Amino acid sequence: MSNECKVDGGRRRLIVATAAVGGVGAIAALVPFVSSMLPSERARAAGAPVEVDIGSLEPGQMITVEWRGRPVWIINRTTHMLETLPKLDGEMADPKSEKNMQPDYCRNETRSIKPEIMVVVGICTHLGCSPSAKFRRGTEEGMDSAWLGGFLCPCHGSTFDFAGRVFKSKPAPDNLEVPRHMYLSDKRILIGEDKKGA
Amino acid sequence: MASNTNFEKYKSDGSLQGNLIEWFDARFPATSMWRGHLSEYYAPKNFNFWYFFGSLAMLVLVIQIVTGIFLVMHYKPDASLNENGIPVAFASVEYIMRDVNWGWLIRYMHSTGASAFFIVVYLHMFRGLLYGSYRQPRELIWVFGTLIFLCLMAEAFMGYLLPWGQMSFWGAQVIVNLFSAIPLIGEPLSIWIRGDFVVGDATLNRFFSFHVIAVPLVLLGLIAAHILALHEVGSNNPDGVEIKKRKDVHGNPLDGIPFHPYYTVKDIVGVVVFLMVFSIIVFFAPEGGGYFLEYNNFLPADPLKTPPHIAPVWYFTPYYSLLRAMVWPLFGIDAKFWGVVLMGAGVVILAFLPWLDRSPVKSIRYRGPIFKTLLTLFVISFVLLGFLGTQPPSYAFFGVIPGAPVAQILTAYYFLFFLTMPWWSKIDKYEPEPDRVTM
Amino acid sequence: MKKLLAALLFAPALALASGAAIHLDRAPNVQGDNAALQSGARTFVNYCLNCHGASFARYSRLTELGLTEQQVRDNLMFTAEKIGETMRVAARPDEQKRWFGAAPPDLTLIARARSSADGSGADWLYTYLRSFYVDDKRPTGWNNVVFENVGMPHVLWQLQGVQVMNKDHKLELMAPGSLSAAEYDKLIGDLVGFMVWLAEPHAGFRQNLGFGVLAFLVVLFGFAYALKKAYWKDVK
Repeated sequence: MSNECKVDGGRRRLIVATAAVGGVGAIAALVPFVSSMLPSERARAAGAPVEVDIGSLEPGQMITVEWRGRPVWIINRTTHMLETLPKLDGEMADPKSEKNMQPDYCRNETRSIKPEIMVVVGICTHLGCSPSAKFRRGTEEGMDSAWLGGFLCPCHGSTFDFAGRVFKSKPAPDNLEVPRHMYLSDKRILIGEDKKGA
Repeated sequence: MASNTNFEKYKSDGSLQGNLIEWFDARFPATSMWRGHLSEYYAPKNFNFWYFFGSLAMLVLVIQIVTGIFLVMHYKPDASLNENGIPVAFASVEYIMRDVNWGWLIRYMHSTGASAFFIVVYLHMFRGLLYGSYRQPRELIWVFGTLIFLCLMAEAFMGYLLPWGQMSFWGAQVIVNLFSAIPLIGEPLSIWIRGDFVVGDATLNRFFSFHVIAVPLVLLGLIAAHILALHEVGSNNPDGVEIKKRKDVHGNPLDGIPFHPYYTVKDIVGVVVFLMVFSIIVFFAPEGGGYFLEYNNFLPADPLKTPPHIAPVWYFTPYYSLLRAMVWPLFGIDAKFWGVVLMGAGVVILAFLPWLDRSPVKSIRYRGPIFKTLLTLFVISFVLLGFLGTQPPSYAFFGVIPGAPVAQILTAYYFLFFLTMPWWSKIDKYEPEPDRVTM
Repeated sequence: MKKLLAALLFAPALALASGAAIHLDRAPNVQGDNAALQSGARTFVNYCLNCHGASFARYSRLTELGLTEQQVRDNLMFTAEKIGETMRVAARPDEQKRWFGAAPPDLTLIARARSSADGSGADWLYTYLRSFYVDDKRPTGWNNVVFENVGMPHVLWQLQGVQVMNKDHKLELMAPGSLSAAEYDKLIGDLVGFMVWLAEPHAGFRQNLGFGVLAFLVVLFGFAYALKKAYWKDVK
């Protein structure tokens, strides 16, 4: 038999058609393998919304709950703490919370649904360390004397105020993230889900 | 044209694309590999249905490797109990089946693939028997093939422990205990294999390591050797005629056609048909009637309770029958030891086939009645040995013919078929092979 | 060659003919019947889950039986707080081991594990749960026809009533329970149907997907075969 094997028009059309149908099949076969690497049912169950009772959270106190493996802080801010916020506007990188680091219903002065209750993911937006609470003023917490209280990230020194807003000229680019949340009752918060869904 | 001829390097036509290919081809034998193994590898034009199974074995290998990679992402080789009192390994398989997105499909593909591998490989080997594909000059291809078969058995056996179900556990327990039959070193050897006094966490972890890394690496190397050897001497065909004896003016075999595109387009058809059968099992009968996924393996391993009847998975049962057939002690050594020897010999003897067969012709088409009869009997006895291996030793055909002596007779036949082959293959009638292949 | 193929085809027929016969009643097939599966789920959580776990299954999966999350929470979820949790046993496995000698088996996969040459796992469960009889020699006071000397007592006896083994080795209802025989069979049929679903919740989806995959392969076969024909007309 000769060495020649001609690819005429008919063969070309069939090659294209077979390759197209086969290609569709190959892409469809990729779907199970690619999606098997997404979070499993177990991971999703573990990442389900967390219900928190804040009935016993006194003013000035903070509790930490775990949601999707990350710390979420709930802070019952005193009027004193809230008063510090407008004073710091000038020192903030994003004082009006214009970047999308919170749900729309928290894009306000206090970055919260109720002014005193702050719900925020305690993960620094720089490289993912968890900042520590430095609630007292000035040098008592080892900060400089102008410090009005807030959070300090131990890794690279980013500082945040009581609304989780980041100070200017610090490594962290953004304010701390406010997760979706809603009030199931006056004293119960659901973190990770709001009226629009999870 | 032999595959290892040095093909001319690619010459650029001056375009950018051409220059790139030329640059690449000067540094890597791309053109030479493409032409030597595909576009100018001349295969006989008269391949029939039996010649699909080589390429299908490659396909199943790919399925097993790809699904295996994704299963390893979620599987945990851990025999300790979780908070629900279930072994972690068993629970992780069920986690794949339920909680991992599409995990059930990936797992069923892998479990069905294991059985499909053996079906395809058994048919591939039988093709070799039919057409004398192991005969000179293809002895090494056959020997590499036997080694691949051995590796496949090891791979399947160790993989079967991983789900850590009742059959996994007790199957491994029984097979590893076989090694204790070897005189003197047997007992320490089986403890060394298990890494414990029973099959346990240590065993599970080392089997996992072998199953996902060591054996597949050896397997891939052997498959490469198998194919390189094949492409060196060229494929046999249903007539057993050497197509290289008759060449055209270009030096290409008259009865050969380039593997690509002719056999690539043909094998694609085979692949699609195979995928249909494969899908029917995966989607409609993933348990394969209890043969592909044994029912008892849906129970977690329990070292304190043996299931009432344990049998290996179907693809091991012919050899398991050889093992059980030996019940007489010899030379003061336990029957158990000789059973192991018999089982091992059953596989190893295949490797000697090229030197046992003395027929002047290769293919069954030109061989005499003795070969045809004995080969038919061989297939029947292999299937029956396989069937008896799935049954308890007390099994009787139709409730009257006891299975155990039948298995012993069939075992004797299995070995006699090979051992007496030099004699009967020589005296058998034959017709002369034609000059050219027939379509 | 034909003989060889015939021998290969014959092997499975032989395999089917084997196996000692224990007569098993055929369980009704309730796949896709959500009302029956929901009733089975109720029986399962009320009776079985007290001692047995179904620790691979998540409560959230029960919504696939046509229930809302709230319905699952209110009516079926007694051993967990969150809907994503698994259907764990109410008791602790190590304590159960002390009480019963062995922890009762996890039931998630039991419908698959109990399959055999005698019948499907569903048939086995359906027969088993209807075959308890009084036996004074057993510590629990109960024995079972298909599972001799079983460790489990007849948990549903108030519903079925009390059976005894008569001289012909047949079961007889000595004292009726709160359900009629037909009602009890229906209850067990639903329960077994639920356990079959529980053992492989995606089985229905798997089969539906199978038809799609096969239809696709038939189309692909058409093109691949035409392509092969187009090339092989060269080969004479």
